[in-house]
Amino acid sequence: MKTLVWVEHEGGALKDATLSAVTAAAKLGEVHLLVAGANISGVAAEAAQVAGVGKVHVADDAAYEHALPENIAPLIVGLMGHHDAFLAPATSNGKNIAPRVAALLDVVQISDILSVESADTFTRPTYAGNAIATVKTSDPKLVITVRGTAFEKAAKEGGAGTVEAVSSTGDKALSSFIGAEIAKLERPELTSAKVIVSGGRALKDGPTFESTIFPLADKLGAAVGASRAAVDAGYVPNDYQVGQTGKIVAPEVYVAVGISGAIQHLAGMKDSKTIIAINKDEDAPIFQVADIGLVGDLFKVVPEFTEKL
Amino acid sequence: MKLLVPVKRVIDYNVKPRVKADGTGVDLANVKMSMNPFDEIAVEEAIRLKEKGVASEIIAVSVGPAKAQETLRTALAMGADRAILIETDTEVEPLAVAKLLAKIAEEEMPGIVILGKQAIDDDSNQTGQMLAALLDWAQGTFASKVEVSGNMIAVTREVDGGLETVSLKLPAIVTTDLRLNEPRYASLPNIMKAKSKPLAQKKPEDYGVDITPRLTTLKVEEPPKRVAGIKVADVDELITKLKALGVAA
Repeated sequence: MKTLVWVEHEGGALKDATLSAVTAAAKLGEVHLLVAGANISGVAAEAAQVAGVGKVHVADDAAYEHALPENIAPLIVGLMGHHDAFLAPATSNGKNIAPRVAALLDVVQISDILSVESADTFTRPTYAGNAIATVKTSDPKLVITVRGTAFEKAAKEGGAGTVEAVSSTGDKALSSFIGAEIAKLERPELTSAKVIVSGGRALKDGPTFESTIFPLADKLGAAVGASRAAVDAGYVPNDYQVGQTGKIVAPEVYVAVGISGAIQHLAGMKDSKTIIAINKDEDAPIFQVADIGLVGDLFKVVPEFTEKL
Repeated sequence: MKLLVPVKRVIDYNVKPRVKADGTGVDLANVKMSMNPFDEIAVEEAIRLKEKGVASEIIAVSVGPAKAQETLRTALAMGADRAILIETDTEVEPLAVAKLLAKIAEEEMPGIVILGKQAIDDDSNQTGQMLAALLDWAQGTFASKVEVSGNMIAVTREVDGGLETVSLKLPAIVTTDLRLNEPRYASLPNIMKAKSKPLAQKKPEDYGVDITPRLTTLKVEEPPKRVAGIKVADVDELITKLKALGVAA
C-alpha cells in the first residue's frame, strides 16, 4: 500500500505530530510525504531525512501558506490518484483538512486512530475515550487522522527520501488568512512535554493560577495545562485546556492541582505514565486514576512542593 | 439570509457511558439523551445572528431516530423558526449526514450552515468539513468568534497554539467551539410556543442519498482501566516517592 502523509510545519520546521503519523503510515506500507506551503525547501529537506520515507511531494505556492483546507484538499485529492491512504496528524490543522479530502474522495474518514490492526481495521476512541471502537472500512481508499500520543515518533534522521515538486492546484479564492494570535510559549508545548502541571477551578483566579502553578512548572521543566473549568472561569486561555474538548496529552508525569477529575478532563490525560494529584477533597475522582495522591490545601502544599524540589 | 443549523441527539453530557457487556456498543437504553452541546452553541449563535439582523430565518435539521424530534423542539424553543427531521434508525456516518445536509442546503440556500465541531458520542469531528467539501464552500472550523460583513464572514478559530482568524466568502460553513457563546435556556412560554412551530418529516430516500454505512464496528471495549495508586501524607513523602520513580532529582 502507498500512503501519503500530510506534513505539518511551522516557521520553516517540521512539527513533531507529523512523526507519529509517519509511524502509523509505515504500518500500512510505503510512506510518501506531502509538504505544502510557501518557501518550504527547508521543510522538504527535513522531511526527506525522516526515517523510512520514500518520496516527498513538495507543493510550493502562497495558496498553501496557511494550510487553508479549501486550497490544500484539492491538491491532496490530486495526489490520491496514485496513493491508497491519506494520513494527517489529529491536530487542529489535520482535523480541518482530512474530512474535506475524504468527502471529495467519497470515502469515510477514520478519526483519531489509536492503533493499526490491519490494512483496513483500526481502533479509535469514542465517547470521550470511554469506549474504544475497533472499526473496519469497506472503502477503496483510507483517510485517517492519527492521535499523536498513541504512536511513537519516527526518527528525524536516517531517511533518504527523494524530493519531487508537484504542480499547484492554485487558490480557490474561497478563504483567506487574516492573522493569528499564537501564545508565546516560555515553557514546553503541552502535546510534546514530558512533564505537565495542570491547574483547576480551585486556583481561584488568573493571577493566583499563575503565581501557584507557574513556579512549580518551571521547577519541573514542565508545560502548563488547565481543566475546562479553569479555562471557562477565564484563569488561562483555551489553548491550555486538557481534555476531551481540549488537548489530549500523555506525558511521563502529569501533576493535577485542584482538579476534581471530571470525565471530560480524564479523557485528555489518563494515558499519562504517572499521575500525581493534589486536592483537598479526598473523594475527588482524580484520586481514582492517580498513582500518587496528596490530600491537602493546594495553597499550602504547592508552594512547599515547589520549594523542596 | 437563512441559517441552517444541524443538531444531533446524543447521550447527555453528564452521563457516564457504559460499554455493553457483549462488546457491541455503548448502552443507550434508559439513558438521558440531549442535544449535542456543541450544537447547542450553534443554535445560540444562529439566534444571535438573527437578533443582530444578519439573518432572517433559522432552520434546524436533524438526521436520526423519531425521538430526534425532541432535540429539534429544543432548538425551536431556543429560537429556531422551523425544523426538518430526516428520520432513520440506521446509524448514519458523518459522510452520509453531510450528503443529506448538502441536499437540504441546495433546497434552502442558506447563507451560513452553523454546526457543532464534533458530536460527543462518536467524536468524529468531520461533518462540517465534509459538507463544505461537497458544496465547494469555505469552512471556518472550531470557531470562537464570528463576524458577518457584507458577503464575507470573519471566523476566529481555536487552533493548537492559540487563535487564528480567516475570512470566508459566503455561503460558508462554521463549526462551533466551546467559547463561541453560552447557550440560553428555553423559557417555558417559548417551549410551549415551539410545539406549534413547523417540523417537516422526511426520509433519507426523499433526498436520494445512500446512507449505507461504510464502516463496520467489530467491537467496542472499555479502555484499559487505571487503578488508584497510593496516597501520601505530606510533601516530603511525595518527593520521596517521586525520587523513587526517578521523576524528581
